[in-house]
Amino acid sequence: MRAATGRTSAGAGSAFVPAPGTAPSSAPGPATAPALEVEGLTVGYTGAPVIDGLSLAVRPGEVVALLGANGAGKTTLLRTLSGLVAPRAGRVLLDGDDLATASVEDRVRRGLAQVPEGRSVVSELTVEENLQLGALWRHPGRAERRAAVARGYELFEPLARRRTSLGHQLSGGERQMLALARALVAAPRVLLLDEPSLGLAPRVVAQLMGVLRDAAQRTGLTVLLAEQNVTSALSIADRGVVLSLGEVVADAPAAHLAADPALRHAYLGF
Amino acid sequence: MDRLVLLVSTGVARGLVIALFALSLVIIWRAARIVNFAQAAMAVMAVYVAFAIEAATGSYLLALLAALVTGALLGVAVERGLMRHVAGRTPMPGMIVAIGLVMVLQSLLGILFGAKHRPMTPVLSESPLYVGGVPVLSRYDLFVLVVALVVVVGLGLLFNRSTLGLQLRASAVAPEVSRLLGVRVPRMVTIGWMLSSAVAALAVLLLVPTELGLNAHSGDVLFVHAFTVAVLGGLDSPAGALLGGVVVGVLVSLVTGYASAGLAPLAVLALLTTVLLVRPGGIFAAKEARTA
Repeated sequence: MRAATGRTSAGAGSAFVPAPGTAPSSAPGPATAPALEVEGLTVGYTGAPVIDGLSLAVRPGEVVALLGANGAGKTTLLRTLSGLVAPRAGRVLLDGDDLATASVEDRVRRGLAQVPEGRSVVSELTVEENLQLGALWRHPGRAERRAAVARGYELFEPLARRRTSLGHQLSGGERQMLALARALVAAPRVLLLDEPSLGLAPRVVAQLMGVLRDAAQRTGLTVLLAEQNVTSALSIADRGVVLSLGEVVADAPAAHLAADPALRHAYLGF
Repeated sequence: MDRLVLLVSTGVARGLVIALFALSLVIIWRAARIVNFAQAAMAVMAVYVAFAIEAATGSYLLALLAALVTGALLGVAVERGLMRHVAGRTPMPGMIVAIGLVMVLQSLLGILFGAKHRPMTPVLSESPLYVGGVPVLSRYDLFVLVVALVVVVGLGLLFNRSTLGLQLRASAVAPEVSRLLGVRVPRMVTIGWMLSSAVAALAVLLLVPTELGLNAHSGDVLFVHAFTVAVLGGLDSPAGALLGGVVVGVLVSLVTGYASAGLAPLAVLALLTTVLLVRPGGIFAAKEARTA
């Protein structure tokens, strides 16, 4: 799935940078309704907004890399989508439903999952219990849950050998594997990932990205992947969206984005 | 030697009541990061209801159930009506509100029931049983021991073998991550308060018949001992609360038996000071605090 859904307006020496004043045009093709849609989102904590009037659409099964430097607004965007941060303005729609009144927990139950930054396993629970927790709301029956947990071990075999280890006893790579497996056992429709490769060895990053790509292809999982590891993210993404100071500055197919030297130099640092 | 056996066995039974109360403090600390200074006053209020039920029906079993239910309801009322609305990223605001609640509840109980101790008769005999000619626990101590053990085992199963327990443990140490996994964390906090307050009410109900009787301050000494135990064990540690409770119970029993009751609080204080000097976080303090 390498659909060319990107913006192609010219500017700043790049084929993918919108012209000043141009409204974001990341709408999907007419045949497919977006799984996740953001309209005019403005978010801020105090003072100037961290995200300013951002619009974005992600189609079912699409993997979108959310790129940008520190402070670009990637984490804030993901936290707003999952309901942890309330927006000042704008709408978030999941399968066309407005999530304005949906709590974090309700969004999860509707199929919007987030793996936050920092290998967020529950440190006092074992690997097995972390996976059970991930599967809990989706698979309330014991046998069903056991099967879901087993699928989690199939995704990352090293976890099976550490099933009785506590979260804080795992290595960084194992923690990230667990966080991703735990999100996937709940079979979400849309998965938000925040910097999953941070501080990990390239081999582990490749394994994580492979599992993500595979899950998207096999199950139609929609992925919004916030990353600073641009090469890894674009290697599995259908599309890349570049944020700078809370605004979308580029939105294009991943391959085109990676091949645009002006954009790479200006926003992606490579 | 006979005296030592009697004092130790009685101390274990008393220690398990302290452990139950300490466990109730640990449950709330883990669920809401609050040391509930109002725990004893709330428990005493529940025991007044139990006392009234027993007086009306003559059934100790109904009184026991009433203490549990009233304790749980008080827990819900305090959490939903008060603590949930206390803003703050640190435990301090909640603790201050809890101290205020102690004053309100104890004053209310004083106004309603007066300062007099109302004697509660133990449901079973307090005369010691003899094993091989050696006096050990009384029937009531044995009853307390069994009830405390049943509750401890029940709580252990709930927290470690049920999906509710899994959610309670997860939301206690990682509330934000738990929310992102669909766990309804505010509901878990309420359930934590319910469980904690019910267990505390049970501990006071078990203790009062062996003390002077019931009045507004009946739970005060128990709270001080249990708080000491919770700090000794590490406020995050149910195992620490259990072990600490038994240690403090036996210590109080031995000091009271061999020296005087007046020295018992000093012995507990000395133990607390020693442990905190050696291990400030408590003996069983968790290696990692909550993660998110």
